[in-house]
Amino acid sequence: MSATAKFVVALAACALLIFLAAATLFAILFSGLADGESSLLREALVERAGALALVAVLMIAILGMLLHAFIRAYVTRPLQFAEETRLITTSNPAHRLAHVAPVEMSALAAAINSLAERCSVLQSDLDARVAEARSEVERERNVLAALMADLTESVIVCNAAGTILLYNERARRLFDATSSITGQAAGATEWLGLGRSVFGAIDREIIAHALEDLNYRMQEGRRYPISEFVTSSPGGRLLRARMTAIASPVNGEGGQRAVSAVVIVLDDIQREVHESAARERAVKSLNEATRASVASIRAAAEAVLQHPSMSQERQQQFIGVIHDETQKLSTRMQQLLSDKPAASDAEWPLTPVLARHLMHALQRALQARCAGPVLFDMPDEPIWLAVDSFVLIEALSHLVQQVTAAGHAGAVMIRLQKSASRARLELAWQGAPLTVDQAVALEHAAIRIPGQPEQLSLQQIAARHGGEFWYRRDEGDGRSAFNMLLSIAPGEETTTEPGPFAPSIPGRPVYYDFNLFHPANPSAAMDDRPLSDLTYTVFDTETTGLQPSRGDEIISIGAVRIVNGRLLAGEAFQQLINPRRAIDKASMEIHGLTPDMLADQPTIEAVLPRFHRYCGDTVLVAHNAAFDMRFLQLKEPATGVKFEQPLLDTLLLSAVVHPQQTDHSLEAIAQRLGLNIIGRHTALGDAFLTGEIFLKFIGLLGQQGIVTFREAQQAAQRTMYAKVQY
Amino acid sequence: MAKRILIADDEPNIVVSLEFLMQQTGYEVRTAPDGEQALRLISEFRPDLILLDIMLPLRNGFEVCQKVRENPDWQHTKIVMVSAKGREVEVTKGLALGADLYITKPFATRELLASVRQLLGE
Repeated sequence: MSATAKFVVALAACALLIFLAAATLFAILFSGLADGESSLLREALVERAGALALVAVLMIAILGMLLHAFIRAYVTRPLQFAEETRLITTSNPAHRLAHVAPVEMSALAAAINSLAERCSVLQSDLDARVAEARSEVERERNVLAALMADLTESVIVCNAAGTILLYNERARRLFDATSSITGQAAGATEWLGLGRSVFGAIDREIIAHALEDLNYRMQEGRRYPISEFVTSSPGGRLLRARMTAIASPVNGEGGQRAVSAVVIVLDDIQREVHESAARERAVKSLNEATRASVASIRAAAEAVLQHPSMSQERQQQFIGVIHDETQKLSTRMQQLLSDKPAASDAEWPLTPVLARHLMHALQRALQARCAGPVLFDMPDEPIWLAVDSFVLIEALSHLVQQVTAAGHAGAVMIRLQKSASRARLELAWQGAPLTVDQAVALEHAAIRIPGQPEQLSLQQIAARHGGEFWYRRDEGDGRSAFNMLLSIAPGEETTTEPGPFAPSIPGRPVYYDFNLFHPANPSAAMDDRPLSDLTYTVFDTETTGLQPSRGDEIISIGAVRIVNGRLLAGEAFQQLINPRRAIDKASMEIHGLTPDMLADQPTIEAVLPRFHRYCGDTVLVAHNAAFDMRFLQLKEPATGVKFEQPLLDTLLLSAVVHPQQTDHSLEAIAQRLGLNIIGRHTALGDAFLTGEIFLKFIGLLGQQGIVTFREAQQAAQRTMYAKVQY
Repeated sequence: MAKRILIADDEPNIVVSLEFLMQQTGYEVRTAPDGEQALRLISEFRPDLILLDIMLPLRNGFEVCQKVRENPDWQHTKIVMVSAKGREVEVTKGLALGADLYITKPFATRELLASVRQLLGE
């Protein structure tokens, strides 16, 4: 029953009560009176009926007001409090009840307020904890990613479906190789990338086999099961892979823990295998040659020795055989031993170190040991040495100390030079020389080196490095020196190309996305998935001119991927193309590419299949896509490559998002959206810009209620720009 | 006067042939089976040329070579290293230490003889 109803009922009840009371009073009065008195009383009452009625009404009115106040304080107010409390719990936690009379209501309000306050504090506390936990996780992920990035091993991590969710720079370089088969430079980004399937980089059958192997090992109860296999990368390098599985923390059916992720560590063993095989062949060959020759020699020698009475002629014949075979052996040995690569002389695993770095490290070590003045003559050119740098530095420091301690040297000069196919490290000084005996003693003196099981002499260390060590005194200029011959590191990689768009994208390239851990829902049709979930390849082309159907050609393709709403700077595609025709002056002025710059580049027939592979199963995005797609379509017969991926055009989307604007050029849009415009008019630069614009558009389209791919396509089709044909 | 040759090698099978060869050519020959003996003979016998193996007991050929070159009295002595150690680094070391020639075993005796003759200025 509502408050008003209560009020009315109460008032009516009171009025009735008073009336009844009055009536009863009169009844009592009347009953106690004589006849004459009662009629007098009645007349008096009738005369004053008006006044009585007035009094009655007044009384009812006053009663009503009192009742109203009462109801307001003790019925309405609590209802109001109830409403406001609901408000606090549902929409506005900061709201508080006002303190009003009467005292009881005020107390209630105070109590409710303090409860609300308590709730508020608890909630913000909870929020703070959640935010802290989230940023902690984020931080740990970043640390993990940073560690992975700096590993000297190549690592790829993929989820159970084979989707790559992490890889590092080293892995990327491993797959960036000149293909020994096609002889072309191939980019790692065509096979290795976040969200891509690892089966593009490594054969599916091999991985399946390795997984099976892992399962067996896990069942056998091995703690850290690893499966190894050898395969070749798409670029033709021989790789050794070691694979471990990460089991999910929850037991599945049958008590087995399902594999939730796979970690693959890769090594390039191309050179290792090549050298080791060559060495084996040499040894085998020498072995066989020696056996054969020695057999002939021995037989002939035994013949002569055991038959001393044989004729002179016969003897000469046998001796001839012996001579002949020994010559053959000599020649054979000469051949085989000179074929061996010099670097394999080392008796210890060595690592490539830049000579300059080694010298600096030696300098620091000597400073720390307060050895006397040491001068360094750095090599002019970059020289890569194959050394065990710690052992070498320890030994050389020791040597310097010995030389200066004996008082022979004022200043020691350390120099490193290339000498034929080796490098010679020279530790020289002017002044009192050492005697040969002293020098030899130093050469063979045992040095205690931390981390080495036995003490080593400089002679032994030189042997380990496949080099030699000696002392020499130069009479002419009074210079004494210790020399050590070291090996040059074979085929050390030089610097990689600079990142495709270093100035515009700050920070390190992104190589991980743990959101890819859980495989995407395969049952949802692509069209109905939200735009923010899909993977895109945003691309742009530069061309010789504006008329694809009149023979203009593509001269540059630049592209970048968007995975999980992020532009992956580290996975860009970029290639210049030789158009085999002239370039329009107008176009040249825009992109600045001349036929000379393109003469050495591969042709479209070589590049388009690679680009197609790079695009994979993603949605293509371009600005004025109709233009670029026309070029790609016209190349279908020549290259056999069909681009059938779904397509979105940022030009059309701009018209959807800002229908009132007239300028939908890339610059204008970028300016509207407040994006940085650098490096325009290269295909890759424009692709990046288009990508950034597209990401912003996803948000703006969402505000218009356009969320899925299908909705976006339909909205785009409706704009007038969709009608333009090339 | 006949030129004097010292052969320092611990393998009798090569010494026998080399000694024979040198004697046939008309040189006066002495042999030493180890580094210490070699040095002793150098100061006593005063050879004009030494055929020096490297893998000698007591003192190896490199040391002997260094000792010879250290002594100003023996500067004129020619040193021909004759060794089974044939790696490039070893040849470099031998020559750097002052050997006049480094011959790797096995070798053609005719060529060795020609080199010896040349070094002795004949």
